[in-house]
Amino acid sequence: MAIDAATVRKVARLARIAEPEERLEPLARELSGILNWIEQLNEVDTNGVEPMTSAVHVTLPMREDVVTDGGDPAKVLSNSPKTASNFFVVPKVVE
Amino acid sequence: MSELTSLTLKAALDGLASKSFSSEEITQAHVQAVEAARALNAFVVETPEKALEMAKASDERRARGEAGPLDGAPLGIKDLFCTEGVESTAASKILKGFKPTYESTVTANLFRDGAVMLGKLNMDEFAMGSSNETSAWGPVVNPWRAEGGNAQLTPGGSSGGSAAAVAADLCLGATATDTGGSIRQPAAFTGTVGIKPTYGRCSRWGVVAFASSLDQAGPMARTVEDTAILLKSMSGHDPKDSTSLPVEVPDFPSFVGKSVKGLRVGVPKEYRVEGMPPEIEKLWQQGIDWLKEAGCEIVEVSLPHTKYALPAYYIIAPAEASSNLARYDGMRYGLRVDGSNLTETYEQTRAQGFGDEVKRRILIGTYVLSAGYYDAYYLKALKVRRRIADDFDQAFEKVDALLTPTAPSAAFALGENSDDPIAMYLNDIFTVTVNLAGLPGMSVPAGVDANGLPLGLQLIGRALDEGTLFSLGGAIEKAADFRAKPAKWW
Repeated sequence: MAIDAATVRKVARLARIAEPEERLEPLARELSGILNWIEQLNEVDTNGVEPMTSAVHVTLPMREDVVTDGGDPAKVLSNSPKTASNFFVVPKVVE
Repeated sequence: MSELTSLTLKAALDGLASKSFSSEEITQAHVQAVEAARALNAFVVETPEKALEMAKASDERRARGEAGPLDGAPLGIKDLFCTEGVESTAASKILKGFKPTYESTVTANLFRDGAVMLGKLNMDEFAMGSSNETSAWGPVVNPWRAEGGNAQLTPGGSSGGSAAAVAADLCLGATATDTGGSIRQPAAFTGTVGIKPTYGRCSRWGVVAFASSLDQAGPMARTVEDTAILLKSMSGHDPKDSTSLPVEVPDFPSFVGKSVKGLRVGVPKEYRVEGMPPEIEKLWQQGIDWLKEAGCEIVEVSLPHTKYALPAYYIIAPAEASSNLARYDGMRYGLRVDGSNLTETYEQTRAQGFGDEVKRRILIGTYVLSAGYYDAYYLKALKVRRRIADDFDQAFEKVDALLTPTAPSAAFALGENSDDPIAMYLNDIFTVTVNLAGLPGMSVPAGVDANGLPLGLQLIGRALDEGTLFSLGGAIEKAADFRAKPAKWW
Protein backbone atom coordinates (compact mmCIF):
# COMPACT_ATOMS: atom_id res chain seq x y z
CA MET A 1 0.00 0.00 0.00
CA ALA A 2 1.33 3.40 -0.95
CA ILE A 3 1.36 6.14 1.64
CA ASP A 4 1.21 9.84 0.76
CA ALA A 5 2.75 13.00 2.15
CA ALA A 6 -0.28 13.73 4.34
CA THR A 7 0.07 10.31 5.99
CA VAL A 8 3.77 10.90 6.59
CA ARG A 9 2.92 14.24 8.21
CA LYS A 10 0.42 12.53 10.50
CA VAL A 11 2.75 9.68 11.42
CA ALA A 12 5.67 12.05 12.04
CA ARG A 13 3.38 14.03 14.36
CA LEU A 14 2.42 10.83 16.22
CA ALA A 15 6.13 9.95 16.52
CA ARG A 16 6.98 13.50 17.65
CA ILE A 17 9.60 13.98 14.95
CA ALA A 18 9.61 17.31 13.10
CA GLU A 19 9.85 16.63 9.36
CA PRO A 20 10.13 19.70 7.10
CA GLU A 21 7.51 19.97 4.29
CA GLU A 22 10.07 19.23 1.57
CA ARG A 23 10.99 15.90 3.21
CA LEU A 24 7.40 14.57 3.23
CA GLU A 25 7.24 13.51 -0.44
CA PRO A 26 10.64 11.74 -0.50
CA LEU A 27 9.80 10.02 2.80
CA ALA A 28 6.42 8.92 1.42
CA ARG A 29 8.21 7.33 -1.54
CA GLU A 30 10.79 5.58 0.68
CA LEU A 31 8.26 4.30 3.18
CA SER A 32 5.90 3.15 0.41
CA GLY A 33 8.77 1.19 -1.12
CA ILE A 34 9.42 -0.58 2.17
CA LEU A 35 5.72 -1.20 2.86
CA ASN A 36 5.18 -2.59 -0.66
CA TRP A 37 8.02 -5.02 -0.07
CA ILE A 38 6.42 -6.01 3.26
CA GLU A 39 3.09 -6.70 1.52
CA GLN A 40 4.39 -10.14 0.46
CA LEU A 41 3.46 -11.32 3.97
CA ASN A 42 -0.10 -11.52 2.67
CA GLU A 43 0.94 -14.63 0.71
CA VAL A 44 1.32 -16.51 4.02
CA ASP A 45 -1.75 -18.34 5.30
CA THR A 46 -1.98 -17.40 8.96
CA ASN A 47 -5.51 -18.59 9.65
CA GLY A 48 -5.73 -19.97 13.15
CA VAL A 49 -2.08 -19.12 13.91
CA GLU A 50 -1.45 -17.75 17.39
CA PRO A 51 0.59 -14.51 17.22
CA MET A 52 4.10 -15.01 18.64
CA THR A 53 4.62 -12.31 21.23
CA SER A 54 7.73 -13.68 22.91
CA ALA A 55 10.81 -15.56 21.77
CA VAL A 56 10.91 -17.77 24.85
CA HIS A 57 8.31 -19.87 26.60
CA VAL A 58 8.43 -18.48 30.11
CA THR A 59 5.85 -16.97 32.39
CA LEU A 60 6.92 -13.59 33.62
CA PRO A 61 8.25 -13.95 37.15
CA MET A 62 6.62 -12.17 40.06
CA ARG A 63 8.61 -10.33 42.67
CA GLU A 64 7.95 -8.89 46.10
CA ASP A 65 6.23 -5.49 45.88
CA VAL A 66 8.93 -3.68 47.82
CA VAL A 67 11.18 -0.72 47.18
CA THR A 68 14.60 -1.94 46.07
CA ASP A 69 16.17 1.25 44.82
CA GLY A 70 15.93 5.01 45.07
CA GLY A 71 16.80 7.82 47.43
CA ASP A 72 19.54 9.12 45.18
CA PRO A 73 18.27 12.19 43.34
CA ALA A 74 21.79 13.29 42.36
CA LYS A 75 22.27 10.07 40.39
CA VAL A 76 18.83 10.27 38.81
CA LEU A 77 19.36 13.86 37.71
CA SER A 78 23.00 13.59 36.70
CA ASN A 79 22.29 13.41 32.95
CA SER A 80 19.39 15.85 32.88
CA PRO A 81 19.49 18.75 30.40
CA LYS A 82 18.04 21.09 33.06
CA THR A 83 17.48 20.69 36.81
CA ALA A 84 16.50 22.82 39.80
CA SER A 85 16.68 21.74 43.45
CA ASN A 86 16.38 18.01 42.84
CA PHE A 87 13.76 18.29 40.09
CA PHE A 88 13.77 17.93 36.32
CA VAL A 89 12.96 21.27 34.68
CA VAL A 90 10.62 20.80 31.71
CA PRO A 91 8.83 23.25 29.41
CA LYS A 92 5.59 24.75 30.74
CA VAL A 93 2.62 22.46 29.98
CA VAL A 94 -0.23 24.37 31.67
CA GLU A 95 -0.59 28.16 31.42
CA MET B 1 54.65 -5.57 21.99
CA SER B 2 52.70 -6.63 18.90
CA GLU B 3 53.02 -10.30 19.82
CA LEU B 4 50.87 -9.62 22.90
CA THR B 5 48.03 -8.17 20.81
CA SER B 6 48.00 -11.05 18.34
CA LEU B 7 47.45 -13.70 21.02
CA THR B 8 44.12 -15.47 21.27
CA LEU B 9 42.16 -14.72 24.44
CA LYS B 10 42.87 -18.27 25.63
CA ALA B 11 46.63 -17.92 25.05
CA ALA B 12 46.60 -14.52 26.76
CA LEU B 13 44.79 -15.93 29.81
CA ASP B 14 47.28 -18.80 29.94
CA GLY B 15 50.17 -16.31 29.68
CA LEU B 16 48.70 -14.21 32.48
CA ALA B 17 48.18 -17.30 34.64
CA SER B 18 51.77 -18.46 34.13
CA LYS B 19 52.97 -14.87 34.78
CA SER B 20 54.73 -14.73 31.37
CA PHE B 21 53.48 -11.14 31.26
CA SER B 22 51.31 -8.92 33.43
CA SER B 23 47.90 -7.47 32.68
CA GLU B 24 49.54 -4.05 32.73
CA GLU B 25 51.88 -5.16 29.93
CA ILE B 26 49.25 -6.72 27.70
CA THR B 27 46.83 -3.86 28.38
CA GLN B 28 49.49 -1.26 27.54
CA ALA B 29 50.17 -3.09 24.24
CA HIS B 30 46.48 -2.93 23.38
CA VAL B 31 46.13 0.72 24.42
CA GLN B 32 48.93 1.52 21.95
CA ALA B 33 47.30 -0.58 19.22
CA VAL B 34 44.01 1.28 19.75
CA GLU B 35 45.73 4.66 19.53
CA ALA B 36 47.57 3.65 16.37
CA ALA B 37 44.38 2.44 14.67
CA ARG B 38 42.25 5.57 14.81
CA ALA B 39 41.94 5.46 10.99
CA LEU B 40 39.56 2.52 11.50
CA ASN B 41 37.22 4.61 13.69
CA ALA B 42 36.45 1.43 15.64
CA PHE B 43 36.43 3.10 19.07
CA VAL B 44 34.14 6.02 19.89
CA VAL B 45 35.53 6.40 23.41
CA GLU B 46 39.00 5.26 24.45
CA THR B 47 39.51 4.72 28.16
CA PRO B 48 43.27 4.11 28.48
CA GLU B 49 43.56 5.38 32.08
CA LYS B 50 40.66 3.24 33.23
CA ALA B 51 42.13 0.27 31.34
CA LEU B 52 45.52 0.60 33.01
CA GLU B 53 43.90 1.09 36.41
CA MET B 54 41.81 -2.06 35.91
CA ALA B 55 44.93 -3.92 34.70
CA LYS B 56 46.87 -2.89 37.78
CA ALA B 57 44.03 -4.03 40.04
CA SER B 58 43.95 -7.31 38.12
CA ASP B 59 47.67 -7.89 38.63
CA GLU B 60 47.18 -7.25 42.34
CA ARG B 61 44.29 -9.74 42.48
CA ARG B 62 46.42 -12.31 40.71
CA ALA B 63 49.30 -11.73 43.13
CA ARG B 64 46.86 -12.41 45.98
CA GLY B 65 45.70 -15.62 44.25
CA GLU B 66 42.22 -14.23 43.57
CA ALA B 67 42.26 -14.08 39.76
CA GLY B 68 38.93 -14.65 37.97
CA PRO B 69 38.36 -16.53 34.71
CA LEU B 70 39.00 -13.43 32.54
CA ASP B 71 41.39 -11.66 34.84
CA GLY B 72 43.55 -9.08 33.14
CA ALA B 73 42.22 -9.59 29.59
CA PRO B 74 41.65 -6.31 27.70
CA LEU B 75 38.30 -6.22 25.85
CA GLY B 76 36.31 -3.72 23.80
CA ILE B 77 32.72 -2.92 24.74
CA LYS B 78 30.07 -2.08 22.14
CA ASP B 79 28.65 1.37 22.78
CA LEU B 80 25.16 -0.11 23.22
CA PHE B 81 26.18 -1.32 26.71
CA CYS B 82 25.81 1.22 29.50
CA THR B 83 29.08 1.57 31.37
CA GLU B 84 29.13 3.41 34.67
CA GLY B 85 30.75 6.83 34.40
CA VAL B 86 31.84 6.24 30.77
CA GLU B 87 29.96 7.96 27.96
CA SER B 88 27.46 5.57 26.36
CA THR B 89 25.71 6.98 23.29
CA ALA B 90 24.54 3.99 21.18
CA ALA B 91 26.29 6.01 18.41
CA SER B 92 23.48 8.57 18.50
CA LYS B 93 23.61 12.33 18.83
CA ILE B 94 20.54 12.15 21.07
CA LEU B 95 22.67 10.49 23.78
CA LYS B 96 25.79 12.64 23.33
CA GLY B 97 27.44 13.13 26.71
CA PHE B 98 25.26 10.52 28.45
CA LYS B 99 27.20 8.97 31.31
CA PRO B 100 25.27 6.12 32.93
CA THR B 101 25.24 5.96 36.70
CA TYR B 102 24.94 2.17 36.50
CA GLU B 103 26.68 -0.76 34.80
CA SER B 104 24.95 -3.13 32.36
CA THR B 105 24.66 -6.68 33.71
CA VAL B 106 26.76 -8.14 30.87
CA THR B 107 29.68 -5.75 31.40
CA ALA B 108 29.34 -6.12 35.19
CA ASN B 109 29.65 -9.91 34.72
CA LEU B 110 32.77 -9.47 32.58
CA PHE B 111 34.34 -7.11 35.12
CA ARG B 112 33.38 -9.46 37.97
CA ASP B 113 35.46 -12.08 36.16
CA GLY B 114 38.39 -9.68 35.90
CA ALA B 115 38.13 -8.28 32.34
CA VAL B 116 39.76 -4.93 31.50
CA MET B 117 37.86 -2.37 29.38
CA LEU B 118 39.79 -0.55 26.62
CA GLY B 119 36.90 1.67 25.56
CA LYS B 120 33.58 1.83 23.75
CA LEU B 121 33.15 0.48 20.24
CA ASN B 122 31.46 2.21 17.33
CA MET B 123 28.27 0.78 15.85
CA ASP B 124 25.25 1.69 13.75
CA GLU B 125 23.04 4.22 15.53
CA PHE B 126 20.87 2.32 18.05
CA ALA B 127 22.13 -0.86 16.32
CA MET B 128 20.01 -0.07 13.25
CA GLY B 129 22.11 -0.86 10.20
CA SER B 130 24.20 -3.46 8.43
CA SER B 131 27.22 -1.39 7.41
CA ASN B 132 28.05 0.89 10.36
CA GLU B 133 27.22 3.89 8.16
CA THR B 134 24.32 5.05 10.34
CA SER B 135 26.66 5.84 13.27
CA ALA B 136 26.45 9.49 14.28
CA TRP B 137 30.23 9.32 14.77
CA GLY B 138 31.08 8.17 11.24
CA PRO B 139 31.47 4.66 9.82
CA VAL B 140 33.98 2.08 10.98
CA VAL B 141 36.42 1.05 8.26
CA ASN B 142 37.02 -2.67 7.76
CA PRO B 143 40.70 -3.54 8.36
CA TRP B 144 40.35 -5.90 5.37
CA ARG B 145 40.83 -4.59 1.85
CA ALA B 146 40.32 -6.38 -1.44
CA GLU B 147 43.59 -7.68 -2.88
CA GLY B 148 45.19 -5.01 -5.02
CA GLY B 149 42.59 -2.42 -4.05
CA ASN B 150 42.46 0.30 -1.45
CA ALA B 151 38.72 1.04 -1.42
CA GLN B 152 37.36 1.40 2.09
CA LEU B 153 35.08 -1.51 2.93
CA THR B 154 32.34 -1.82 5.53
CA PRO B 155 33.04 -4.08 8.52
CA GLY B 156 29.30 -4.85 8.51
CA GLY B 157 26.89 -3.81 11.18
CA SER B 158 25.63 -3.06 13.55
CA SER B 159 28.54 -4.41 15.64
CA GLY B 160 31.09 -3.08 13.12
CA GLY B 161 33.38 -1.53 15.73
CA SER B 162 33.50 -4.82 17.66
CA ALA B 163 34.28 -6.77 14.47
CA ALA B 164 36.95 -4.36 13.21
CA ALA B 165 38.64 -4.09 16.62
CA VAL B 166 38.85 -7.88 16.98
CA ALA B 167 40.05 -8.39 13.39
CA ALA B 168 42.71 -5.66 13.70
CA ASP B 169 44.07 -7.06 17.00
CA LEU B 170 42.96 -4.00 19.00
CA CYS B 171 41.39 -6.16 21.72
CA LEU B 172 41.32 -9.85 22.66
CA GLY B 173 37.55 -9.97 22.29
CA ALA B 174 34.54 -7.69 22.33
CA THR B 175 30.94 -7.52 23.38
CA ALA B 176 28.37 -7.12 20.64
CA THR B 177 24.60 -7.37 20.19
CA ASP B 178 22.42 -9.00 17.56
CA THR B 179 18.82 -8.04 16.73
CA GLY B 180 18.72 -9.28 13.12
CA GLY B 181 22.29 -10.36 12.39
CA SER B 182 24.39 -7.63 13.99
CA ILE B 183 26.93 -10.04 15.48
CA ARG B 184 27.07 -12.67 12.75
CA GLN B 185 27.19 -10.53 9.59
CA PRO B 186 30.09 -8.33 10.85
CA ALA B 187 31.89 -11.49 12.02
CA ALA B 188 31.60 -12.89 8.49
CA PHE B 189 32.80 -9.60 6.95
CA THR B 190 35.93 -9.45 9.13
CA GLY B 191 37.05 -13.09 9.45
CA THR B 192 36.11 -13.25 13.13
CA VAL B 193 33.86 -15.52 15.21
CA GLY B 194 30.60 -14.26 16.66
CA ILE B 195 27.76 -15.96 18.48
CA LYS B 196 24.27 -14.73 19.22
CA PRO B 197 23.12 -16.96 22.06
CA THR B 198 19.57 -18.08 22.77
CA TYR B 199 17.22 -15.22 23.56
CA GLY B 200 17.31 -14.76 27.34
CA ARG B 201 20.80 -16.26 27.82
CA CYS B 202 22.40 -12.82 28.41
CA SER B 203 20.63 -10.15 30.41
CA ARG B 204 19.42 -7.14 28.44
CA TRP B 205 19.57 -4.94 31.56
CA GLY B 206 21.61 -1.83 30.84
CA VAL B 207 21.78 -2.54 27.09
CA VAL B 208 20.20 0.33 25.16
CA ALA B 209 16.96 -1.16 23.77
CA PHE B 210 16.26 -1.42 20.04
CA ALA B 211 13.71 -4.27 19.61
CA SER B 212 13.30 -5.95 22.98
CA SER B 213 11.87 -9.28 21.79
CA LEU B 214 14.83 -9.76 19.40
CA ASP B 215 17.84 -8.03 21.04
CA GLN B 216 20.47 -10.35 22.46
CA ALA B 217 24.07 -9.74 23.52
CA GLY B 218 26.93 -12.02 22.56
CA PRO B 219 30.71 -12.06 22.12
CA MET B 220 33.02 -11.60 19.13
CA ALA B 221 36.58 -12.93 19.14
CA ARG B 222 39.21 -14.50 16.94
CA THR B 223 38.51 -18.16 17.78
CA VAL B 224 35.50 -20.31 18.64
CA GLU B 225 37.05 -21.17 22.00
CA ASP B 226 37.53 -17.47 22.82
CA THR B 227 33.84 -16.74 22.18
CA ALA B 228 32.95 -19.71 24.41
CA ILE B 229 35.10 -18.30 27.23
CA LEU B 230 33.50 -14.86 26.87
CA LEU B 231 29.92 -16.13 26.59
CA LYS B 232 30.34 -18.15 29.76
CA SER B 233 31.14 -14.96 31.67
CA MET B 234 28.49 -12.81 29.95
CA SER B 235 25.59 -15.24 30.49
CA GLY B 236 23.49 -15.94 33.53
CA HIS B 237 20.11 -15.31 35.07
CA ASP B 238 19.43 -11.72 36.06
CA PRO B 239 16.29 -10.80 38.01
CA LYS B 240 16.57 -7.26 36.59
CA ASP B 241 15.61 -8.57 33.12
CA SER B 242 12.25 -10.38 33.27
CA THR B 243 13.08 -12.26 30.02
CA SER B 244 16.43 -13.49 31.35
CA LEU B 245 16.25 -17.29 31.56
CA PRO B 246 16.61 -18.86 35.03
CA VAL B 247 18.89 -21.64 33.78
CA GLU B 248 22.39 -22.86 34.57
CA VAL B 249 25.23 -21.59 32.37
CA PRO B 250 26.99 -24.59 30.81
CA ASP B 251 30.78 -24.75 30.69
CA PHE B 252 30.81 -23.54 27.05
CA PRO B 253 34.59 -23.88 26.48
CA SER B 254 34.39 -27.61 27.29
CA PHE B 255 32.28 -28.14 24.14
CA VAL B 256 35.01 -26.82 21.83
CA GLY B 257 37.05 -29.71 20.40
CA LYS B 258 34.42 -32.30 21.33
CA SER B 259 33.73 -34.89 18.63
CA VAL B 260 30.83 -34.05 16.32
CA LYS B 261 30.59 -37.62 15.07
CA GLY B 262 27.02 -38.74 14.59
CA LEU B 263 25.51 -35.26 14.84
CA ARG B 264 22.84 -34.60 12.24
CA VAL B 265 23.28 -31.27 10.49
CA GLY B 266 20.49 -29.83 8.37
CA VAL B 267 20.98 -27.87 5.18
CA PRO B 268 17.90 -25.73 4.53
CA LYS B 269 17.17 -25.65 0.82
CA GLU B 270 15.41 -22.28 1.02
CA TYR B 271 18.75 -20.62 1.82
CA ARG B 272 19.87 -21.21 -1.77
CA VAL B 273 18.67 -17.79 -2.81
CA GLU B 274 18.66 -16.38 -6.30
CA GLY B 275 21.70 -14.32 -7.17
CA MET B 276 23.85 -15.86 -4.46
CA PRO B 277 27.52 -15.51 -5.52
CA PRO B 278 28.95 -18.89 -6.66
CA GLU B 279 31.80 -18.47 -4.17
CA ILE B 280 29.36 -18.50 -1.27
CA GLU B 281 27.56 -21.50 -2.71
CA LYS B 282 30.95 -23.23 -3.01
CA LEU B 283 31.96 -22.35 0.55
CA TRP B 284 28.68 -23.73 1.84
CA GLN B 285 29.34 -27.01 0.01
CA GLN B 286 32.85 -27.01 1.45
CA GLY B 287 31.38 -26.62 4.93
CA ILE B 288 29.06 -29.56 4.28
CA ASP B 289 32.04 -31.66 3.18
CA TRP B 290 34.07 -30.69 6.24
CA LEU B 291 31.28 -31.71 8.58
CA LYS B 292 30.78 -34.99 6.69
CA GLU B 293 34.48 -35.74 7.05
CA ALA B 294 34.17 -35.01 10.77
CA GLY B 295 31.48 -37.68 10.98
CA CYS B 296 28.28 -35.61 10.79
CA GLU B 297 25.26 -36.81 8.90
CA ILE B 298 24.00 -34.14 6.48
CA VAL B 299 20.25 -33.90 6.03
CA GLU B 300 18.39 -31.63 3.62
CA VAL B 301 15.63 -29.80 5.48
CA SER B 302 12.97 -27.28 4.54
CA LEU B 303 12.23 -23.99 6.26
CA PRO B 304 9.40 -22.90 3.94
CA HIS B 305 8.76 -19.47 5.47
CA THR B 306 12.35 -18.25 5.23
CA LYS B 307 11.65 -15.59 2.60
CA TYR B 308 9.03 -13.98 4.83
CA ALA B 309 11.42 -13.49 7.75
CA LEU B 310 12.87 -10.17 6.60
CA PRO B 311 9.53 -8.48 5.81
CA ALA B 312 8.13 -9.72 9.15
CA TYR B 313 11.24 -8.41 10.89
CA TYR B 314 10.79 -4.98 9.26
CA ILE B 315 7.39 -4.72 10.93
CA ILE B 316 8.25 -6.19 14.33
CA ALA B 317 11.63 -4.51 14.88
CA PRO B 318 10.51 -0.98 13.88
CA ALA B 319 7.28 -1.39 15.89
CA GLU B 320 9.25 -2.25 19.02
CA ALA B 321 11.82 0.44 18.24
CA SER B 322 9.18 3.15 17.86
CA SER B 323 7.93 2.24 21.31
CA ASN B 324 11.38 1.85 22.93
CA LEU B 325 12.75 5.07 21.46
CA ALA B 326 9.78 7.11 22.71
CA ARG B 327 11.85 7.58 25.88
CA TYR B 328 14.17 10.03 24.08
CA ASP B 329 12.05 13.09 24.74
CA GLY B 330 14.75 15.53 25.85
CA MET B 331 13.40 15.78 29.39
CA ARG B 332 15.43 13.53 31.71
CA TYR B 333 18.65 12.85 29.82
CA GLY B 334 20.25 13.31 26.44
CA LEU B 335 19.81 16.09 23.94
CA ARG B 336 17.13 18.80 24.39
CA VAL B 337 16.38 21.26 21.63
CA ASP B 338 14.07 23.98 22.97
CA GLY B 339 10.97 24.84 20.90
CA SER B 340 8.24 27.39 21.59
CA ASN B 341 6.11 24.82 23.41
CA LEU B 342 6.40 21.26 24.78
CA THR B 343 5.36 19.46 21.58
CA GLU B 344 7.78 21.50 19.51
CA THR B 345 10.54 20.73 22.00
CA TYR B 346 9.85 17.00 21.62
CA GLU B 347 9.68 17.26 17.83
CA GLN B 348 12.84 19.32 17.41
CA THR B 349 14.80 17.25 19.93
CA ARG B 350 13.97 14.04 18.09
CA ALA B 351 14.39 15.56 14.62
CA GLN B 352 17.89 16.79 15.43
CA GLY B 353 18.91 13.95 17.74
CA PHE B 354 18.06 10.93 15.55
CA GLY B 355 19.72 10.07 12.23
CA ASP B 356 17.84 9.25 9.01
CA GLU B 357 17.69 5.45 9.35
CA VAL B 358 16.49 5.66 12.96
CA LYS B 359 13.78 8.15 11.96
CA ARG B 360 12.77 5.93 9.03
CA ARG B 361 12.30 2.97 11.34
CA ILE B 362 10.44 4.97 13.99
CA LEU B 363 8.07 6.22 11.28
CA ILE B 364 7.46 2.70 9.92
CA GLY B 365 6.94 1.41 13.44
CA THR B 366 4.54 4.21 14.31
CA TYR B 367 2.63 3.62 11.07
CA VAL B 368 2.23 -0.15 11.49
CA LEU B 369 1.05 0.30 15.07
CA SER B 370 -1.33 3.16 14.29
CA ALA B 371 -5.12 2.82 14.46
CA GLY B 372 -6.50 0.81 11.55
CA TYR B 373 -3.19 -0.83 10.56
CA TYR B 374 -2.30 -2.80 13.68
CA ASP B 375 -4.05 -6.02 12.57
CA ALA B 376 -2.98 -5.81 8.92
CA TYR B 377 0.70 -5.31 9.71
CA TYR B 378 1.77 -5.93 13.28
CA LEU B 379 -0.53 -8.83 14.15
CA LYS B 380 0.10 -10.40 10.74
CA ALA B 381 3.86 -10.20 11.30
CA LEU B 382 3.55 -11.84 14.73
CA LYS B 383 1.64 -14.73 13.13
CA VAL B 384 4.25 -15.11 10.39
CA ARG B 385 6.87 -15.07 13.14
CA ARG B 386 5.14 -18.06 14.73
CA ARG B 387 5.22 -19.93 11.41
CA ILE B 388 8.94 -19.24 11.07
CA ALA B 389 9.55 -20.55 14.60
CA ASP B 390 7.39 -23.63 13.79
CA ASP B 391 9.57 -24.31 10.71
CA PHE B 392 12.61 -24.51 12.99
CA ASP B 393 10.80 -26.71 15.53
CA GLN B 394 9.98 -29.17 12.76
CA ALA B 395 13.52 -29.11 11.37
CA PHE B 396 14.98 -29.74 14.83
CA GLU B 397 12.92 -32.92 15.12
CA LYS B 398 15.20 -34.30 12.42
CA VAL B 399 18.53 -32.54 12.97
CA ASP B 400 20.75 -31.25 15.79
CA ALA B 401 21.87 -28.06 14.06
CA LEU B 402 21.69 -26.22 10.74
CA LEU B 403 24.48 -25.04 8.46
CA THR B 404 24.03 -22.01 6.16
CA PRO B 405 26.09 -19.15 4.78
CA THR B 406 26.19 -16.16 7.17
CA ALA B 407 25.74 -13.37 4.64
CA PRO B 408 24.86 -13.18 0.94
CA SER B 409 28.13 -11.41 0.03
CA ALA B 410 31.59 -10.51 1.28
CA ALA B 411 32.20 -7.02 2.73
CA PHE B 412 31.09 -4.31 0.30
CA ALA B 413 32.41 -0.79 -0.16
CA LEU B 414 31.29 1.98 2.18
CA GLY B 415 28.57 3.93 0.38
CA GLU B 416 27.64 1.08 -1.94
CA ASN B 417 24.17 0.28 -0.54
CA SER B 418 23.46 3.36 1.50
CA ASP B 419 20.82 4.89 -0.80
CA ASP B 420 18.70 1.73 -1.04
CA PRO B 421 17.22 0.66 2.31
CA ILE B 422 15.88 -2.68 1.05
CA ALA B 423 19.21 -3.69 -0.57
CA MET B 424 20.80 -2.96 2.80
CA TYR B 425 18.13 -4.94 4.69
CA LEU B 426 18.84 -8.01 2.48
CA ASN B 427 22.24 -8.39 4.19
CA ASP B 428 20.39 -10.05 7.06
CA ILE B 429 18.49 -12.56 4.92
CA PHE B 430 20.27 -15.60 6.43
CA THR B 431 20.57 -14.32 9.99
CA VAL B 432 17.25 -12.68 10.84
CA THR B 433 15.21 -15.91 11.05
CA VAL B 434 17.22 -16.92 14.10
CA ASN B 435 16.30 -13.74 16.00
CA LEU B 436 12.61 -14.17 15.22
CA ALA B 437 12.72 -17.72 16.61
CA GLY B 438 14.95 -16.80 19.59
CA LEU B 439 17.55 -19.45 18.66
CA PRO B 440 21.35 -19.39 18.99
CA GLY B 441 23.39 -18.71 15.83
CA MET B 442 27.14 -18.55 15.26
CA SER B 443 29.31 -17.30 12.40
CA VAL B 444 32.69 -18.97 11.82
CA PRO B 445 35.23 -17.73 9.26
CA ALA B 446 35.59 -20.43 6.62
CA GLY B 447 37.52 -19.01 3.69
CA VAL B 448 38.21 -16.04 1.46
CA ASP B 449 36.69 -14.99 -1.84
CA ALA B 450 38.56 -14.28 -5.10
CA ASN B 451 39.46 -10.82 -3.75
CA GLY B 452 40.92 -12.28 -0.58
CA LEU B 453 38.00 -11.11 1.56
CA PRO B 454 36.74 -13.32 4.39
CA LEU B 455 33.49 -15.31 4.19
CA GLY B 456 31.63 -16.97 7.05
CA LEU B 457 29.43 -19.98 7.64
CA GLN B 458 26.52 -19.89 10.05
CA LEU B 459 25.48 -22.61 12.47
CA ILE B 460 22.00 -22.50 14.01
CA GLY B 461 21.10 -24.54 17.08
CA ARG B 462 18.15 -25.50 19.23
CA ALA B 463 17.20 -23.11 22.00
CA LEU B 464 19.77 -23.32 24.83
CA ASP B 465 21.99 -25.66 22.80
CA GLU B 466 24.93 -23.31 22.24
CA GLY B 467 27.14 -26.23 23.29
CA THR B 468 26.51 -28.09 20.01
CA LEU B 469 27.31 -24.91 18.10
CA PHE B 470 30.64 -24.59 19.90
CA SER B 471 31.47 -28.21 18.99
CA LEU B 472 30.45 -27.82 15.34
CA GLY B 473 32.02 -24.37 15.10
CA GLY B 474 35.23 -25.82 16.47
CA ALA B 475 35.11 -28.59 13.86
CA ILE B 476 34.65 -26.09 11.00
CA GLU B 477 37.38 -23.86 12.41
CA LYS B 478 39.77 -26.80 12.55
CA ALA B 479 38.95 -27.98 9.03
CA ALA B 480 39.02 -24.48 7.51
CA ASP B 481 42.27 -23.61 9.29
CA PHE B 482 41.48 -19.97 8.55
CA ARG B 483 44.66 -18.01 9.22
CA ALA B 484 44.35 -15.06 6.86
CA LYS B 485 44.83 -11.67 8.52
CA PRO B 486 44.22 -8.22 7.08
CA ALA B 487 47.46 -6.56 5.91
CA LYS B 488 48.13 -3.66 8.26
CA TRP B 489 47.59 -0.34 6.42
CA TRP B 490 46.28 1.79 9.31
